[in-house]
Amino acid sequence: MDNCPPVRSSPSRPEHQYVERFWKEARVGDFIRLRCNEILPADVLLLSSSDPDRLVHIETATLDGETNLKQRQVVRSFLDLDCDFDPSKYNSIIECEKPNNDLARFRGYITHRSGRRDGLYKDNLLLRGCTIRNTEECVGIVIYAGHETKAMLNNNGPRYKRSKLERQMNVDVGWCVIILLAMCLFSAIGHGLWMYQYGDKRPVFDVLSPEGADLSPVLSAVYLFLTMIIVFQVLIPISLFVSIEIVKICQVYFIHQDQDLYDEETDSHLQCRALNITEDLGQMQYIFSDKTGTLTENKMVFRRCTVAGVEYSHDANARRLAMYQDLVDSEEEDCTSHGGTLPRRDSVTSHQSAAKVVLRSQSTKSHRRTGSRAEAKRASILSKHTAFSSPMEKDITPDPQLLDKVNHCSSQMTFKTFHSQSLSQLPSDLTDIIDFFIALTICNTVVVSSPNQPRQKVRMRFGLKSPVKTIEDFIKRFTPSRLTSNSNSSSSSSLNRSSHRECSSVLSSPSAESTLTKLDEEHHPGGPGGLEHAFSSVPPHTTEGKPGALEEGELRYEAESPDEAALVYAARAYKCCLVGRLPDQVTVELPHLGKLSFELLHTLGFDSTRKRMSVVVRHPLTDQITVYTKGADSVIMDLITLPPTDDSKGRRQRKILYKTQNDLNLYAADGLRTLCIANKVITKEEYAVWLRHHLEAETAIQGREELLFQSALRLETNLHLLGATGIEDRLQDGVPETIASLRKAGLQIWVLTGDKQETAINIAYACKLLEPEDEIITLNADSQEAMAVLLEESLHYIQAKFLCSSSNPSRSFQNDYAPAYSFRPPPPSSQAQPFLVHRLGLVIDGRTLAYALDSSLDEKFLAVARSCRSVLCCRSTPLQKSMVVKLVRNKLKVMTLAIGDGANDVSMIQVADVGVGISGQEGMQAVMASDFALPRFRNLQKLLLVHGHWCYSRLANMILYFFYKNAMFVALIFWYQFYCGFSGSAMIDQWYLVFFNLMFSAFPQLITGTLDKDVSSETLQELPQLYMNGQNSEEYKPYMFWMNMIDAFYQSLVCFFIPYCAYADSEVDLLTWGTPITTLSLFTILIHLGMETKTWTWMNWLSISFSVGLFFTVALCYNASCPTCYSPSNPYWTMQRLLGEPLFYLLCVVTPVAALLPRYFCRACQSSLFPTPVQVGRQLDKLPSDTRRNILSRVQAGSLLSLRPPFLSSLSFTGPFPKDYSHRATSTQNQHSFTRGPAKSPEGRLDLSLQRDETGKAQGKGWGSGSPGDTKRSLEEDDQYTLASTEMDTLPYTKVKEAPQPEAGAGAGAGAGAGAGAGAGAGAGAGAGAGAGAGAGSTAGAGAGAGAGAGAGAGAGAGAGAGAGAGAGAGAGAGAATLLLATPSLATPQSETIHLTLPPAGGSQSAAYRRNYENYDTTPHRPPDHRLLPPTDRPDHAHNQATPTCPKEH
Amino acid sequence: MMASNYNASKEEDGHQPGAMGHGGAGTVKNKKPDNTAFKQQRLPAWQPILTAGTVLPAFFVIGLIFIPIGIGLFVTSNNIKELEIDYTGVDMSSPCYNCSQSYSWNSTKPCTCSVPFSLDQPFESNVFMYYGLSNFYQNHRRYVKSRDDSQLNGDKTSLKSPSKECEPYRTSDNKPIAPCGAIANSLFNDTLELYYIDPNGSRTAIPLVKKGIAWWTDKHVKFRNPGGNNDNLTVVFQGTSKPVNWRKPVYELDPLDPDNNGFINEDFIVWMRTAALPTFRKLYRIIHKKPNNMTPTLPRGEYILEVTYNYPVRSFEGRKRIILSTISWMGGKNPFLGIAYITVGSVCFFLGIILLIIHHKYGNRNNSAEIHS
Repeated sequence: MDNCPPVRSSPSRPEHQYVERFWKEARVGDFIRLRCNEILPADVLLLSSSDPDRLVHIETATLDGETNLKQRQVVRSFLDLDCDFDPSKYNSIIECEKPNNDLARFRGYITHRSGRRDGLYKDNLLLRGCTIRNTEECVGIVIYAGHETKAMLNNNGPRYKRSKLERQMNVDVGWCVIILLAMCLFSAIGHGLWMYQYGDKRPVFDVLSPEGADLSPVLSAVYLFLTMIIVFQVLIPISLFVSIEIVKICQVYFIHQDQDLYDEETDSHLQCRALNITEDLGQMQYIFSDKTGTLTENKMVFRRCTVAGVEYSHDANARRLAMYQDLVDSEEEDCTSHGGTLPRRDSVTSHQSAAKVVLRSQSTKSHRRTGSRAEAKRASILSKHTAFSSPMEKDITPDPQLLDKVNHCSSQMTFKTFHSQSLSQLPSDLTDIIDFFIALTICNTVVVSSPNQPRQKVRMRFGLKSPVKTIEDFIKRFTPSRLTSNSNSSSSSSLNRSSHRECSSVLSSPSAESTLTKLDEEHHPGGPGGLEHAFSSVPPHTTEGKPGALEEGELRYEAESPDEAALVYAARAYKCCLVGRLPDQVTVELPHLGKLSFELLHTLGFDSTRKRMSVVVRHPLTDQITVYTKGADSVIMDLITLPPTDDSKGRRQRKILYKTQNDLNLYAADGLRTLCIANKVITKEEYAVWLRHHLEAETAIQGREELLFQSALRLETNLHLLGATGIEDRLQDGVPETIASLRKAGLQIWVLTGDKQETAINIAYACKLLEPEDEIITLNADSQEAMAVLLEESLHYIQAKFLCSSSNPSRSFQNDYAPAYSFRPPPPSSQAQPFLVHRLGLVIDGRTLAYALDSSLDEKFLAVARSCRSVLCCRSTPLQKSMVVKLVRNKLKVMTLAIGDGANDVSMIQVADVGVGISGQEGMQAVMASDFALPRFRNLQKLLLVHGHWCYSRLANMILYFFYKNAMFVALIFWYQFYCGFSGSAMIDQWYLVFFNLMFSAFPQLITGTLDKDVSSETLQELPQLYMNGQNSEEYKPYMFWMNMIDAFYQSLVCFFIPYCAYADSEVDLLTWGTPITTLSLFTILIHLGMETKTWTWMNWLSISFSVGLFFTVALCYNASCPTCYSPSNPYWTMQRLLGEPLFYLLCVVTPVAALLPRYFCRACQSSLFPTPVQVGRQLDKLPSDTRRNILSRVQAGSLLSLRPPFLSSLSFTGPFPKDYSHRATSTQNQHSFTRGPAKSPEGRLDLSLQRDETGKAQGKGWGSGSPGDTKRSLEEDDQYTLASTEMDTLPYTKVKEAPQPEAGAGAGAGAGAGAGAGAGAGAGAGAGAGAGAGAGSTAGAGAGAGAGAGAGAGAGAGAGAGAGAGAGAGAGAGAATLLLATPSLATPQSETIHLTLPPAGGSQSAAYRRNYENYDTTPHRPPDHRLLPPTDRPDHAHNQATPTCPKEH
Repeated sequence: MMASNYNASKEEDGHQPGAMGHGGAGTVKNKKPDNTAFKQQRLPAWQPILTAGTVLPAFFVIGLIFIPIGIGLFVTSNNIKELEIDYTGVDMSSPCYNCSQSYSWNSTKPCTCSVPFSLDQPFESNVFMYYGLSNFYQNHRRYVKSRDDSQLNGDKTSLKSPSKECEPYRTSDNKPIAPCGAIANSLFNDTLELYYIDPNGSRTAIPLVKKGIAWWTDKHVKFRNPGGNNDNLTVVFQGTSKPVNWRKPVYELDPLDPDNNGFINEDFIVWMRTAALPTFRKLYRIIHKKPNNMTPTLPRGEYILEVTYNYPVRSFEGRKRIILSTISWMGGKNPFLGIAYITVGSVCFFLGIILLIIHHKYGNRNNSAEIHS
């Protein structure tokens, strides 16, 4: 235990020194002195620090897992206290809020004796559990101690989640109780009647109670009831709960050990933080995913930027990034092909050389491989120390054009400053460029540290100034006297500071107001003075002279968010290098100008409501007070003021703004994260006024956040736009594949992100969440009413569009599994028919989501959302995320999984049935809150599809087996009651009764429950459809419990009555008869388990033989040990004698066979006649690997495993499917013609169609290589709907603009097949261009609001992407999609049937398949997505069922 | 047979744990899980799939094995000769009617009756003579535990103060009961004698052996007289009381044979082994095979069973029987097991045929995974 030295400042204590105390002795009000690397024992208000800046650095790894240092400041009133803090002189009153668990907030104030009040913030509070770093010594006063500390209050213990399976099981445990009571009641009544029949004649065997009292039949029946509860209590499977826990722990162990869930790059593997919900992983239905850091890597890479209206595309940088991807790919290939013979000799290469290798990439393959591997390794090591600093993020290749400009600009500036010319004479674009990079460099909270001592901040003091925190400080700084005194040297400034403080232990100050009034007269900052000051401290030549002292490449940036780091690294690539950051100043090294230190006056931190951050600095060159703001483009663009005049400058500004907006749209279409950079120069007067308000806000107790927010708003206005950046958030490896396979597994994936709509949609396309063929419904509403109408319309639209769909499984994208998509729990709302998932995407933004989540609309919202294949919630707050999850979980009664990586996902992770955290770079909060922590998103695939499936099926089978086992064993005794006068007697020895569950039958089921694999992991991953087994709870359904119970009763009847008849009317005694029953029921139970075991490893064999051996050993020892001990049963020598009797062996053979015969037979019949998907999967497992691969590749290539019962194929056409098919066909026909009607109406009826048309045209233009006509047609078939609130008057279904014609679709398919040579890259480029064009059009054109413009841009971008995707190589896909939309009634057989014939006894397997195409050509250009089923598949399927497809019959 | 599949553990990934620790990574502890078959859940396994095709042989094999066994058992059982005589005396015509009517536990006068019977077939080899009781719940919970094994094992302290389990048959007249408990109290005490009636009318007593009817371990380990080898059981049992329903004290059960007296009286031991079912038989005497081996143990003809009717069963509607039976290697006469084997075997065979049909008709298809596109 770490001791801490608190001391009470009681004056009575004679010795004034700190004493060591235990943590538990820390009390509120104690003064505590801590040294470096000590852990805080309580929440301490920082009063003094040995740091010259009055700072304390703490590491909060224990609280949030973040390893970067955070700064905490001494309480303001003690800032100036220069001499050592003396607790005995402390005489202030601290008032603060009650202990709470909000780590990010602390409010209070300290009142000094002088009456002065200072606010206390979270920056003053050191939280318990943190570690002091880089600070020699600090003193504080305990605010909260013990369990009242924030850390402890946050520690609300693990939320107990009970898995669905367990909930289901508990119901059946309840049934067990009822069965138990029924059996007891039955016995009691039986006993009463038995007693009654003898009347007064007491037979000799009816022994009186020990007291000699003669019990009445009724009373003895009551006693017997209680007796029977004890006898039958085994029926309540108490041991089941223990076994489940053991099995789960083993499962967790195996999940933990899985190599596939290990990420080499970060050297982390999956953590199971919740031990009791592993089987829930196999039952998920909805996945709610965060985007940033979850789907994407959260490795922000600077991609491109636009400055002053000029776009710098950074092509080299793009190439570099592409190369990274190639490297990773090629490396993977090499790894797989070369197996384990990977040379590793030159992996010792330094980072530098590795990076070079990476950049060149022309070297040999082995070089590349090793280089990148070493690089990855190194990255992982580096990232341990510094987040967001992998080489990919660091090594930005600058755009040559921009670099030239920067160099030119800075040389100009050097020249001008050298000649003391005003900088304002520079061309404004040049100043913009330099300002842009300065903003990138300083407008952040990045901490610079040097690599050798990672935790030692770089001390680059050029002047000692703390940020402006008080009015007097402000006054001091802006008085000429200070400037002059400051201008001497850096050393003098510290003197200056000490002279100001004069050891003012008793804090007193003039009133703020009076000084502020003096401010106006007093301050008169001399521009030249400031300049002089700036340059006197850092003469340019000094930096040139010592380039090695602080090599910029060796600096390490610790950023709180990856964007910041990316921008700082980007700026560094342009030689604008952040070299040091202190609370009061930022030092930047500029080309030619050398090191400049910006006096940091204020930092307005980033918050999610403002969506921007600002710094207020004094520019060292101009000595102006400049505000640099960086933030989301949507906010910044609104804050930009254009010069009102229409002169050239104003026009230029307008043009810049316009161009930048274009570029931004382009970036967004590219899936880049955009940030706008702006600045403004304010006068000192303005600043003073603002500062006064701000300080008031800061000291306010009530509503401080609101006031600070208002204050920030006042500052961040009238900005001047500098430029914008595009940061690429790269998709994680394997995300599209994972999403595709999870979706095949029947999981609904919703993305809940805080990002903006455009980015989210783009990422959604990138990760295949949205397919180009998908229609997108966008919900953006301004009010509750609008939302209601919008939802109503969407519902109408969906219903109209898919009129027949509610009864037509062919419309669901996986028609073979149609029942899986009809949500089985009947929906609470009026929609009784099952919901089917269409090829629709729903996009909703945060504001609209708030309306949708309202209780009046949520049902409708869900009705819309559940019909969509993917749902994107953009701009959602953490709270909304959790509300969405909660809504879906509670209303739809589905199993939900939330996955996220950041603190903003915590609430959603906690709400979901299973919360998964990505142990990425954004701290550990999500991981801490999660049930499972994964290294990467792609691990989710194996976790769910394999481990989830296994865990679920193992546990489900084990639970059912347990119920069976206990019921079977107890029923034996129950049957015996009929032959012992319902007296509660048991033929099974008491110790066998005890040990039967505990030892004899315990181990095999644990082994099976832990190790059994119904399907191999490869097949499970390649056939994600098997996951639906768990979603539909097919392993454990309520009827299965009863089936097991019936089987248990049957088996126990057999096990009871065969020995009964065999020993009827013989001289057998109680135990000589009971022991064979015990033995053979043990055999029966074990063989039953054997039948349920799918994989037999040596452990299964061992455990079963161990169980049998144990039973006989125990029985023999027990029966030989003591002839008189075991009253009342006295089994002496029973077993020994039985083993000598042939009858015993004969019984032990025939009884288990007779007992298990029905089950064995039924299993065999069921799996032959009605194989479940899982059974088919198991059969696939048994095929030789090449045959299997062949089949699976076909399955993947766009087909489904049909699991239709072979049985049905011989039946006539009267199955359930064909019946409503005919109806369906007609109804779809109707629908078809109906949609065609309005389609002929002129375009442009809706604003929407305009967009689409544009898209199409743009696409058509951009698509030079392909056949324009075809492409365009295919594009037009691909509807895109943006239901904006402004268009509410139009009928929803009239939005179908152009009826896709089946012939056209087919033609497009064929045509695109021909023109498919064009690569996907070209398609993407075209998409981007189209998006830009459309965006431009919409902004410039109608003058619609910003929101509408954004929406239009998004729609256009998405459409372009869709078009590109459809056009490029996926022609058949487009064709298929068209068919899906338009020609459901096509009745011609159009299918591909593959028969896998498995010869019964091994032999050579053959895969014969048959194809039946009439209408369209497929194979080479078939889209890889198997969901592109021809709409006729379902009827066709039925057709197939009608015509037997057995090869024999052909 | 069931197809089996051994997934060989693929150690393809040649990464030795630790081989990764190159360069700067040498100090970094690698958390990569071991690539072992067990940890990666790749243990070689046999994966039976229950389908018609794979289980088919099992059914036929079971059928083919069980039916002959069943026939053998059935024949064996049928070769056993058994004769059962009910002498309860329920019917008016029954010779023991009078005794059964008048008799109760309290009466002191012995009642005797003679039951004539005839054997149609001679009984070869050893004949076992059982008495059988019906409706006698010797397995009643309170009855079963109403005994003191320590006392029966010859423990002196238990003799003087029997276990509480014996209540309410623990003491009588303030003296401990030996043997205590309800089981001992209800000892079957009819005396049965068998006479062969020669064709000339004379009665020949058939020698009934009363030793060797109990388990060896019971006689020699579990049951012992108190006082070790002290032959004078009267002294040993001094200060104890006889069970309430008994006529004579325990040390007079067989006064002629000290090896069969007291607790180690075999009739007593046999009774103390409580029957499992309410209708049971207990070995009473053995009629040993004649040494000359020429004449059967019990030749065909007329017999008389002399019953000293002491044991009342009418209060619980019980029946008393004597059974004369020969035995085989599998015990007494019981055709059930043979029938059971034949039935199970036939059912298996039948189901096997059904499965064969299923397999023949659908088997090809059931192994085919059909794929549609």
